[in-house]
Amino acid sequence: MVARAPYWKTLTEPLIRQNPVTLQILGLCSALAVTTTLATALTMSVSLTIVVTLSCGIISLIRRHIPDTIRMIVQIVIIAAMVIVIDQFLQAYFAEISRALSVYVWLITTNCVVMARTETYASHNPPLPSMVDGFGYGLGYSLILMILGGLRELFGKGELFGAQVLPLADQGGWFTPLSLMLLAPSGFFLLGGMVWAIRSIRPEQAEAPEHTPPARMEPAQ
Amino acid sequence: MAARDWNPLRRLLALPNESRTKTILVAFLVSAISAALVSGATVWLRPIQAANRAAEEQARIAALVQGIPGMSDLLEQSGGTLSTVVIDLDRGRAAAEVTPATLEAALADPANWTVLDAGQNIAGLGQRPNFVQVYLLRDGDTVSLLLLPLSGQGYGGRIDAIMALRGDMNTIAGIAVTQHSETPGLGARIEESSWRASFPGTELRDASGELRFRVARGPASGVHEVDGITGATRTGRGVTQMVRFWLGPDGYGPLLDAIERGEF
Repeated sequence: MVARAPYWKTLTEPLIRQNPVTLQILGLCSALAVTTTLATALTMSVSLTIVVTLSCGIISLIRRHIPDTIRMIVQIVIIAAMVIVIDQFLQAYFAEISRALSVYVWLITTNCVVMARTETYASHNPPLPSMVDGFGYGLGYSLILMILGGLRELFGKGELFGAQVLPLADQGGWFTPLSLMLLAPSGFFLLGGMVWAIRSIRPEQAEAPEHTPPARMEPAQ
Repeated sequence: MAARDWNPLRRLLALPNESRTKTILVAFLVSAISAALVSGATVWLRPIQAANRAAEEQARIAALVQGIPGMSDLLEQSGGTLSTVVIDLDRGRAAAEVTPATLEAALADPANWTVLDAGQNIAGLGQRPNFVQVYLLRDGDTVSLLLLPLSGQGYGGRIDAIMALRGDMNTIAGIAVTQHSETPGLGARIEESSWRASFPGTELRDASGELRFRVARGPASGVHEVDGITGATRTGRGVTQMVRFWLGPDGYGPLLDAIERGEF
Protein backbone atom coordinates (compact mmCIF):
# COMPACT_ATOMS: atom_id res chain seq x y z
CA MET A 1 0.00 0.00 0.00
CA VAL A 2 2.83 2.32 0.78
CA ALA A 3 4.45 1.64 -2.58
CA ARG A 4 1.23 1.97 -4.54
CA ALA A 5 0.53 5.59 -3.77
CA PRO A 6 3.48 7.09 -5.70
CA TYR A 7 2.76 4.89 -8.72
CA TRP A 8 -0.84 5.98 -8.68
CA LYS A 9 0.28 9.59 -8.49
CA THR A 10 2.80 9.08 -11.32
CA LEU A 11 0.04 7.55 -13.41
CA THR A 12 -2.69 10.14 -12.82
CA GLU A 13 -0.54 13.26 -12.66
CA PRO A 14 -0.23 13.60 -16.48
CA LEU A 15 -3.97 13.24 -17.10
CA ILE A 16 -4.93 16.83 -16.25
CA ARG A 17 -2.42 18.42 -13.90
CA GLN A 18 0.68 17.74 -16.00
CA ASN A 19 -1.03 17.00 -19.28
CA PRO A 20 1.57 16.84 -22.07
CA VAL A 21 -0.69 18.50 -24.63
CA THR A 22 -2.59 21.16 -22.73
CA LEU A 23 0.03 22.12 -20.15
CA GLN A 24 3.32 21.34 -21.83
CA ILE A 25 1.98 22.02 -25.36
CA LEU A 26 3.82 18.99 -26.79
CA GLY A 27 2.84 16.68 -29.65
CA LEU A 28 0.52 19.22 -31.27
CA CYS A 29 1.25 18.23 -34.89
CA SER A 30 -0.22 14.77 -34.53
CA ALA A 31 -2.93 15.96 -32.14
CA LEU A 32 -4.26 18.27 -34.85
CA ALA A 33 -3.70 16.00 -37.83
CA VAL A 34 -5.20 12.67 -36.80
CA THR A 35 -8.23 13.83 -34.82
CA THR A 36 -10.72 14.16 -37.68
CA THR A 37 -12.29 10.85 -36.68
CA LEU A 38 -12.36 8.92 -33.42
CA ALA A 39 -11.03 5.73 -34.98
CA THR A 40 -7.77 7.31 -36.18
CA ALA A 41 -7.42 9.24 -32.91
CA LEU A 42 -7.83 6.01 -30.96
CA THR A 43 -5.29 4.11 -33.08
CA MET A 44 -2.80 6.95 -32.76
CA SER A 45 -3.37 7.12 -29.00
CA VAL A 46 -2.89 3.39 -28.50
CA SER A 47 0.23 3.36 -30.73
CA LEU A 48 1.80 6.29 -28.92
CA THR A 49 0.98 4.89 -25.49
CA ILE A 50 2.59 1.54 -26.37
CA VAL A 51 5.65 3.22 -27.89
CA VAL A 52 6.18 5.58 -24.96
CA THR A 53 5.68 2.86 -22.34
CA LEU A 54 8.02 0.36 -23.99
CA SER A 55 10.72 2.91 -24.85
CA CYS A 56 10.66 4.28 -21.32
CA GLY A 57 11.06 0.74 -19.96
CA ILE A 58 13.94 -0.17 -22.29
CA ILE A 59 15.79 3.10 -21.88
CA SER A 60 15.39 2.93 -18.12
CA LEU A 61 16.81 -0.62 -18.11
CA ILE A 62 20.03 0.46 -19.81
CA ARG A 63 20.12 3.97 -18.36
CA ARG A 64 23.34 3.40 -16.40
CA HIS A 65 25.18 2.26 -19.51
CA ILE A 66 24.15 4.89 -22.03
CA PRO A 67 27.19 7.11 -22.66
CA ASP A 68 26.22 10.73 -22.16
CA THR A 69 27.67 11.84 -25.48
CA ILE A 70 25.33 9.68 -27.56
CA ARG A 71 22.33 9.42 -25.25
CA MET A 72 19.86 11.24 -27.54
CA ILE A 73 20.90 9.10 -30.52
CA VAL A 74 20.49 5.89 -28.53
CA GLN A 75 17.06 7.02 -27.35
CA ILE A 76 15.92 7.94 -30.85
CA VAL A 77 17.14 4.61 -32.27
CA ILE A 78 15.17 2.70 -29.65
CA ILE A 79 12.04 4.81 -30.15
CA ALA A 80 12.32 4.53 -33.94
CA ALA A 81 12.65 0.75 -33.76
CA MET A 82 9.49 0.58 -31.61
CA VAL A 83 7.63 2.84 -34.03
CA ILE A 84 8.58 0.77 -37.08
CA VAL A 85 7.45 -2.42 -35.37
CA ILE A 86 4.12 -0.81 -34.44
CA ASP A 87 3.73 0.55 -37.97
CA GLN A 88 4.36 -2.88 -39.51
CA PHE A 89 1.84 -4.34 -37.12
CA LEU A 90 -0.77 -1.74 -38.08
CA GLN A 91 -0.13 -2.32 -41.79
CA ALA A 92 -0.69 -6.02 -41.28
CA TYR A 93 -3.75 -6.01 -39.06
CA PHE A 94 -5.34 -2.57 -39.48
CA ALA A 95 -4.58 -1.75 -43.12
CA GLU A 96 -7.45 0.76 -43.51
CA ILE A 97 -6.52 2.77 -40.43
CA SER A 98 -2.84 2.56 -41.28
CA ARG A 99 -3.58 4.26 -44.60
CA ALA A 100 -5.65 6.94 -42.85
CA LEU A 101 -2.83 7.68 -40.40
CA SER A 102 -0.24 7.69 -43.22
CA VAL A 103 2.97 9.39 -42.10
CA TYR A 104 1.82 10.26 -38.59
CA VAL A 105 2.71 6.85 -37.22
CA TRP A 106 6.33 7.35 -38.33
CA LEU A 107 6.21 10.82 -36.81
CA ILE A 108 5.72 9.28 -33.36
CA THR A 109 9.52 8.92 -33.53
CA THR A 110 9.91 12.65 -33.24
CA ASN A 111 6.87 13.18 -31.03
CA CYS A 112 8.01 15.46 -28.23
CA VAL A 113 5.94 13.59 -25.65
CA VAL A 114 8.03 10.43 -26.11
CA MET A 115 11.36 12.26 -26.19
CA ALA A 116 10.43 14.34 -23.17
CA ARG A 117 9.60 11.33 -21.03
CA THR A 118 12.61 9.22 -22.00
CA GLU A 119 15.01 12.13 -21.57
CA THR A 120 13.67 13.67 -18.38
CA TYR A 121 12.26 10.69 -16.50
CA ALA A 122 13.28 7.29 -17.82
CA SER A 123 16.99 8.06 -17.96
CA HIS A 124 17.04 8.78 -14.19
CA ASN A 125 14.52 6.31 -12.75
CA PRO A 126 14.13 2.53 -12.43
CA PRO A 127 12.15 0.64 -15.12
CA LEU A 128 8.82 0.15 -13.33
CA PRO A 129 8.22 3.78 -12.33
CA SER A 130 9.46 4.84 -15.77
CA MET A 131 6.96 2.61 -17.54
CA VAL A 132 4.15 3.82 -15.28
CA ASP A 133 5.20 7.38 -15.99
CA GLY A 134 5.34 6.75 -19.75
CA PHE A 135 1.97 5.00 -19.66
CA GLY A 136 0.48 7.92 -17.73
CA TYR A 137 1.75 10.45 -20.25
CA GLY A 138 0.48 8.23 -23.05
CA LEU A 139 -2.94 8.26 -21.39
CA GLY A 140 -2.82 12.04 -20.93
CA TYR A 141 -2.07 12.48 -24.64
CA SER A 142 -4.78 9.94 -25.51
CA LEU A 143 -7.35 11.74 -23.39
CA ILE A 144 -6.88 14.99 -25.30
CA LEU A 145 -6.85 13.17 -28.66
CA MET A 146 -10.05 11.31 -27.88
CA ILE A 147 -11.85 14.49 -26.75
CA LEU A 148 -10.68 16.36 -29.87
CA GLY A 149 -11.48 13.42 -32.15
CA GLY A 150 -14.91 12.96 -30.58
CA LEU A 151 -15.85 16.63 -30.89
CA ARG A 152 -14.57 16.92 -34.44
CA GLU A 153 -16.21 13.76 -35.72
CA LEU A 154 -19.48 14.53 -33.93
CA PHE A 155 -19.82 18.08 -35.23
CA GLY A 156 -18.05 17.55 -38.54
CA LYS A 157 -19.96 14.48 -39.67
CA GLY A 158 -22.57 13.80 -37.00
CA GLU A 159 -20.95 10.43 -36.34
CA LEU A 160 -19.06 8.72 -33.54
CA PHE A 161 -16.76 5.82 -34.52
CA GLY A 162 -18.40 5.92 -37.95
CA ALA A 163 -21.94 5.36 -36.60
CA GLN A 164 -24.49 8.09 -37.30
CA VAL A 165 -25.40 9.85 -34.04
CA LEU A 166 -26.96 13.11 -35.17
CA PRO A 167 -29.48 12.77 -38.05
CA LEU A 168 -28.15 14.69 -41.07
CA ALA A 169 -30.25 17.42 -42.67
CA ASP A 170 -29.87 16.01 -46.17
CA GLN A 171 -31.22 12.66 -44.96
CA GLY A 172 -34.29 14.15 -43.31
CA GLY A 173 -32.74 14.98 -39.93
CA TRP A 174 -31.93 18.35 -38.43
CA PHE A 175 -28.12 18.40 -38.22
CA THR A 176 -26.03 20.24 -40.80
CA PRO A 177 -22.40 19.07 -40.60
CA LEU A 178 -19.81 21.76 -39.92
CA SER A 179 -17.20 20.98 -42.53
CA LEU A 180 -14.80 23.36 -40.77
CA MET A 181 -14.53 20.78 -37.99
CA LEU A 182 -12.80 18.39 -40.37
CA LEU A 183 -10.14 20.94 -41.32
CA ALA A 184 -6.94 21.50 -39.37
CA PRO A 185 -7.81 25.03 -38.08
CA SER A 186 -10.74 23.72 -36.06
CA GLY A 187 -8.29 21.44 -34.24
CA PHE A 188 -6.40 24.57 -33.20
CA PHE A 189 -9.57 26.34 -32.07
CA LEU A 190 -10.77 23.38 -30.01
CA LEU A 191 -7.35 22.76 -28.49
CA GLY A 192 -6.99 26.46 -27.66
CA GLY A 193 -10.42 26.41 -26.06
CA MET A 194 -9.48 23.37 -23.99
CA VAL A 195 -6.24 24.93 -22.80
CA TRP A 196 -8.12 28.08 -21.82
CA ALA A 197 -10.83 26.12 -20.01
CA ILE A 198 -8.34 23.99 -18.05
CA ARG A 199 -6.27 27.01 -17.10
CA SER A 200 -9.37 28.91 -15.96
CA ILE A 201 -10.32 26.05 -13.66
CA ARG A 202 -6.72 25.53 -12.49
CA PRO A 203 -5.13 28.98 -12.46
CA GLU A 204 -1.82 27.51 -11.23
CA GLN A 205 -1.27 26.18 -14.78
CA ALA A 206 -1.33 29.63 -16.33
CA GLU A 207 2.12 30.92 -17.15
CA ALA A 208 3.29 34.18 -15.66
CA PRO A 209 3.56 36.90 -18.30
CA GLU A 210 7.15 37.13 -19.52
CA HIS A 211 7.19 40.90 -19.26
CA THR A 212 4.78 43.60 -18.21
CA PRO A 213 3.84 45.94 -21.01
CA PRO A 214 4.89 49.54 -20.39
CA ALA A 215 2.14 51.74 -19.02
CA ARG A 216 2.34 54.21 -21.89
CA MET A 217 4.46 54.57 -24.98
CA GLU A 218 7.01 57.36 -25.12
CA PRO A 219 6.45 59.35 -28.30
CA ALA A 220 9.22 58.64 -30.78
CA GLN A 221 11.69 61.47 -30.98
CA MET B 1 30.43 -16.21 -9.15
CA ALA B 2 29.62 -15.97 -12.81
CA ALA B 3 31.16 -12.52 -12.81
CA ARG B 4 34.61 -13.33 -14.11
CA ASP B 5 36.98 -10.88 -15.60
CA TRP B 6 37.09 -12.80 -18.88
CA ASN B 7 33.39 -12.28 -19.55
CA PRO B 8 33.48 -9.58 -22.27
CA LEU B 9 29.98 -8.30 -21.49
CA ARG B 10 30.84 -7.76 -17.83
CA ARG B 11 34.09 -6.10 -18.79
CA LEU B 12 32.19 -3.82 -21.17
CA LEU B 13 29.59 -2.88 -18.58
CA ALA B 14 32.31 -2.17 -16.02
CA LEU B 15 33.98 0.35 -18.31
CA PRO B 16 33.36 4.01 -17.49
CA ASN B 17 30.45 5.35 -19.53
CA GLU B 18 32.53 8.03 -21.18
CA SER B 19 35.22 5.70 -22.54
CA ARG B 20 35.44 5.58 -26.30
CA THR B 21 35.24 1.78 -26.47
CA LYS B 22 32.05 1.69 -24.50
CA THR B 23 30.46 4.51 -26.50
CA ILE B 24 31.10 2.71 -29.76
CA LEU B 25 30.10 -0.71 -28.47
CA VAL B 26 26.89 0.55 -26.87
CA ALA B 27 25.98 2.35 -30.09
CA PHE B 28 26.71 -0.82 -32.05
CA LEU B 29 24.75 -3.08 -29.71
CA VAL B 30 21.70 -0.82 -29.60
CA SER B 31 21.66 -0.54 -33.40
CA ALA B 32 22.11 -4.27 -33.89
CA ILE B 33 19.31 -5.20 -31.49
CA SER B 34 16.98 -2.58 -32.99
CA ALA B 35 17.79 -3.77 -36.51
CA ALA B 36 17.06 -7.37 -35.54
CA LEU B 37 13.76 -6.32 -33.99
CA VAL B 38 12.69 -4.30 -37.03
CA SER B 39 13.73 -6.95 -39.54
CA GLY B 40 12.05 -9.65 -37.50
CA ALA B 41 8.76 -7.76 -37.42
CA THR B 42 8.94 -6.96 -41.14
CA VAL B 43 9.68 -10.53 -42.20
CA TRP B 44 7.13 -12.01 -39.86
CA LEU B 45 4.31 -9.63 -40.89
CA ARG B 46 5.04 -9.35 -44.61
CA PRO B 47 2.76 -12.21 -45.75
CA ILE B 48 -0.20 -10.61 -44.00
CA GLN B 49 0.60 -7.20 -45.49
CA ALA B 50 0.93 -8.69 -48.97
CA ALA B 51 -2.44 -10.39 -48.55
CA ASN B 52 -3.95 -7.05 -47.51
CA ARG B 53 -2.55 -5.32 -50.57
CA ALA B 54 -3.76 -8.10 -52.86
CA ALA B 55 -7.23 -7.88 -51.32
CA GLU B 56 -7.22 -4.13 -51.86
CA GLU B 57 -6.22 -4.57 -55.49
CA GLN B 58 -8.97 -7.16 -55.98
CA ALA B 59 -11.46 -4.71 -54.46
CA ARG B 60 -10.31 -2.01 -56.89
CA ILE B 61 -10.59 -4.37 -59.85
CA ALA B 62 -14.09 -5.32 -58.73
CA ALA B 63 -15.01 -1.64 -58.39
CA LEU B 64 -13.52 -0.94 -61.83
CA VAL B 65 -15.58 -3.70 -63.45
CA GLN B 66 -18.73 -2.65 -61.59
CA GLY B 67 -18.28 0.91 -62.85
CA ILE B 68 -18.36 -0.09 -66.52
CA PRO B 69 -21.92 0.05 -67.88
CA GLY B 70 -23.34 -3.32 -68.83
CA MET B 71 -20.32 -5.14 -67.44
CA SER B 72 -21.90 -6.56 -64.30
CA ASP B 73 -24.54 -8.38 -66.41
CA LEU B 74 -21.86 -9.81 -68.63
CA LEU B 75 -19.87 -10.83 -65.59
CA GLU B 76 -22.86 -12.64 -64.13
CA GLN B 77 -23.43 -14.56 -67.36
CA SER B 78 -19.86 -15.77 -67.36
CA GLY B 79 -20.14 -17.11 -63.84
CA GLY B 80 -19.28 -13.99 -61.90
CA THR B 81 -15.52 -14.16 -62.14
CA LEU B 82 -12.81 -12.79 -64.34
CA SER B 83 -10.28 -15.28 -65.56
CA THR B 84 -6.66 -14.65 -64.69
CA VAL B 85 -3.98 -15.33 -67.27
CA VAL B 86 -0.23 -14.82 -67.16
CA ILE B 87 0.91 -13.32 -70.45
CA ASP B 88 4.27 -13.74 -72.11
CA LEU B 89 4.70 -10.17 -73.36
CA ASP B 90 7.27 -10.92 -76.10
CA ARG B 91 5.16 -13.56 -77.76
CA GLY B 92 1.81 -12.01 -76.98
CA ARG B 93 0.12 -15.13 -75.69
CA ALA B 94 -0.49 -17.03 -72.50
CA ALA B 95 2.74 -18.12 -70.87
CA ALA B 96 3.14 -21.88 -70.99
CA GLU B 97 5.33 -22.47 -67.99
CA VAL B 98 4.31 -19.62 -65.64
CA THR B 99 1.03 -19.66 -63.73
CA PRO B 100 -0.35 -16.94 -61.41
CA ALA B 101 0.92 -19.03 -58.48
CA THR B 102 4.49 -19.20 -59.77
CA LEU B 103 4.57 -15.66 -61.19
CA GLU B 104 6.22 -14.14 -58.16
CA ALA B 105 8.99 -16.72 -58.16
CA ALA B 106 9.52 -16.27 -61.92
CA LEU B 107 9.87 -12.49 -61.56
CA ALA B 108 12.48 -12.90 -58.84
CA ASP B 109 14.76 -14.20 -61.58
CA PRO B 110 16.47 -11.29 -63.41
CA ALA B 111 16.48 -13.37 -66.60
CA ASN B 112 12.73 -12.84 -66.80
CA TRP B 113 13.12 -9.07 -67.08
CA THR B 114 13.89 -7.12 -70.23
CA VAL B 115 16.12 -4.07 -69.95
CA LEU B 116 14.72 -1.22 -72.02
CA ASP B 117 17.04 0.95 -74.10
CA ALA B 118 16.66 4.74 -74.19
CA GLY B 119 14.24 4.73 -77.11
CA GLN B 120 11.96 2.13 -75.57
CA ASN B 121 12.08 3.49 -72.05
CA ILE B 122 9.34 6.08 -72.49
CA ALA B 123 7.55 5.23 -69.23
CA GLY B 124 10.73 5.71 -67.18
CA LEU B 125 10.77 2.14 -65.90
CA GLY B 126 14.24 1.04 -67.06
CA GLN B 127 13.14 -2.56 -67.32
CA ARG B 128 9.92 -4.47 -67.65
CA PRO B 129 8.90 -7.98 -66.63
CA ASN B 130 8.47 -10.57 -69.36
CA PHE B 131 5.42 -12.03 -67.67
CA VAL B 132 2.39 -10.07 -66.52
CA GLN B 133 -0.83 -11.23 -64.99
CA VAL B 134 -3.90 -9.85 -66.80
CA TYR B 135 -7.61 -10.38 -66.20
CA LEU B 136 -10.10 -11.00 -68.94
CA LEU B 137 -13.71 -11.72 -69.55
CA ARG B 138 -14.83 -13.87 -72.46
CA ASP B 139 -18.12 -13.71 -74.25
CA GLY B 140 -18.25 -16.98 -76.12
CA ASP B 141 -15.01 -17.16 -78.10
CA THR B 142 -14.18 -13.48 -78.14
CA VAL B 143 -12.60 -11.42 -75.40
CA SER B 144 -15.14 -8.82 -74.28
CA LEU B 145 -13.11 -7.10 -71.59
CA LEU B 146 -9.41 -7.04 -70.86
CA LEU B 147 -7.89 -5.63 -67.68
CA LEU B 148 -4.23 -4.68 -68.04
CA PRO B 149 -1.95 -3.64 -65.18
CA LEU B 150 0.19 -0.62 -66.09
CA SER B 151 3.00 1.11 -64.28
CA GLY B 152 5.09 4.12 -65.09
CA GLN B 153 7.02 7.00 -63.62
CA GLY B 154 4.86 9.90 -62.48
CA TYR B 155 6.00 13.15 -60.89
CA GLY B 156 6.44 11.92 -57.32
CA GLY B 157 7.19 8.27 -57.97
CA ARG B 158 5.79 5.21 -59.64
CA ILE B 159 2.15 5.08 -60.68
CA ASP B 160 0.44 1.69 -60.80
CA ALA B 161 -2.89 1.42 -62.55
CA ILE B 162 -5.21 -1.09 -64.14
CA MET B 163 -6.79 -0.20 -67.46
CA ALA B 164 -9.89 -1.90 -68.83
CA LEU B 165 -10.22 -2.25 -72.60
CA ARG B 166 -13.39 -3.14 -74.47
CA GLY B 167 -13.57 -6.03 -76.89
CA ASP B 168 -12.35 -3.95 -79.84
CA MET B 169 -9.01 -3.53 -77.97
CA ASN B 170 -9.11 0.15 -78.85
CA THR B 171 -11.75 1.72 -76.62
CA ILE B 172 -10.91 2.32 -72.97
CA ALA B 173 -13.61 1.05 -70.63
CA GLY B 174 -12.16 2.48 -67.44
CA ILE B 175 -9.07 2.88 -65.32
CA ALA B 176 -8.23 2.31 -61.65
CA VAL B 177 -5.16 3.79 -60.01
CA THR B 178 -3.88 1.26 -57.50
CA GLN B 179 -0.80 3.04 -56.22
CA HIS B 180 0.85 6.44 -56.67
CA SER B 181 2.83 9.05 -54.78
CA GLU B 182 1.74 12.23 -56.58
CA THR B 183 1.31 15.61 -54.90
CA PRO B 184 -1.84 15.65 -52.73
CA GLY B 185 -4.46 17.97 -54.22
CA LEU B 186 -2.75 18.15 -57.63
CA GLY B 187 -1.36 14.99 -59.20
CA ALA B 188 -3.01 12.83 -56.55
CA ARG B 189 -6.33 13.69 -58.19
CA ILE B 190 -5.64 10.90 -60.70
CA GLU B 191 -7.13 8.70 -58.00
CA GLU B 192 -10.43 10.61 -57.94
CA SER B 193 -13.38 9.22 -59.81
CA SER B 194 -14.13 12.63 -61.37
CA TRP B 195 -10.88 12.48 -63.34
CA ARG B 196 -11.05 8.79 -64.10
CA ALA B 197 -14.56 9.34 -65.47
CA SER B 198 -13.06 10.95 -68.58
CA PHE B 199 -11.37 7.67 -69.59
CA PRO B 200 -14.34 5.48 -70.63
CA GLY B 201 -14.98 5.86 -74.35
CA THR B 202 -11.56 7.32 -75.12
CA GLU B 203 -9.88 5.58 -78.06
CA LEU B 204 -6.24 4.56 -78.14
CA ARG B 205 -5.43 4.49 -81.86
CA ASP B 206 -6.52 6.35 -84.95
CA ALA B 207 -7.61 4.69 -88.20
CA SER B 208 -4.01 4.10 -89.30
CA GLY B 209 -3.28 2.18 -86.11
CA GLU B 210 -0.99 4.79 -84.54
CA LEU B 211 -1.21 5.27 -80.77
CA ARG B 212 -2.78 8.70 -80.28
CA PHE B 213 -3.91 8.52 -76.66
CA ARG B 214 -2.78 11.35 -74.44
CA VAL B 215 -3.71 13.34 -71.36
CA ALA B 216 -4.48 16.80 -72.68
CA ARG B 217 -3.24 20.07 -71.24
CA GLY B 218 -6.59 21.37 -70.14
CA PRO B 219 -9.89 20.00 -71.42
CA ALA B 220 -9.79 17.09 -73.83
CA SER B 221 -10.21 17.80 -77.54
CA GLY B 222 -11.04 14.81 -79.63
CA VAL B 223 -11.69 11.17 -79.00
CA HIS B 224 -8.07 10.26 -78.24
CA GLU B 225 -7.61 12.61 -75.30
CA VAL B 226 -8.65 12.77 -71.66
CA ASP B 227 -8.84 15.94 -69.57
CA GLY B 228 -5.64 17.20 -68.02
CA ILE B 229 -5.37 18.16 -64.36
CA THR B 230 -4.47 21.81 -63.80
CA GLY B 231 -1.12 22.09 -62.02
CA ALA B 232 -0.21 18.47 -62.66
CA THR B 233 1.32 18.60 -66.13
CA ARG B 234 4.07 16.15 -65.31
CA THR B 235 1.68 13.67 -63.73
CA GLY B 236 -0.44 13.89 -66.89
CA ARG B 237 2.61 13.32 -69.06
CA GLY B 238 3.57 10.36 -66.87
CA VAL B 239 0.14 8.80 -67.44
CA THR B 240 0.37 9.46 -71.19
CA GLN B 241 3.80 7.81 -71.43
CA MET B 242 2.70 4.92 -69.22
CA VAL B 243 -0.30 4.15 -71.45
CA ARG B 244 1.72 4.60 -74.64
CA PHE B 245 4.49 2.32 -73.41
CA TRP B 246 2.30 -0.49 -72.17
CA LEU B 247 -0.12 -0.50 -75.09
CA GLY B 248 2.71 -0.12 -77.59
CA PRO B 249 4.94 -2.77 -79.21
CA ASP B 250 7.13 -3.21 -76.09
CA GLY B 251 4.16 -3.74 -73.81
CA TYR B 252 0.88 -5.43 -74.58
CA GLY B 253 1.06 -4.67 -78.34
CA PRO B 254 1.69 -8.30 -79.42
CA LEU B 255 -1.11 -9.49 -77.11
CA LEU B 256 -3.61 -6.96 -78.46
CA ASP B 257 -2.70 -7.93 -82.06
CA ALA B 258 -3.20 -11.60 -81.24
CA ILE B 259 -6.59 -10.90 -79.67
CA GLU B 260 -7.66 -8.84 -82.68
CA ARG B 261 -6.63 -11.66 -85.02
CA GLY B 262 -8.77 -13.91 -82.86
CA GLU B 263 -5.81 -16.10 -81.95
CA PHE B 264 -6.05 -15.72 -78.25
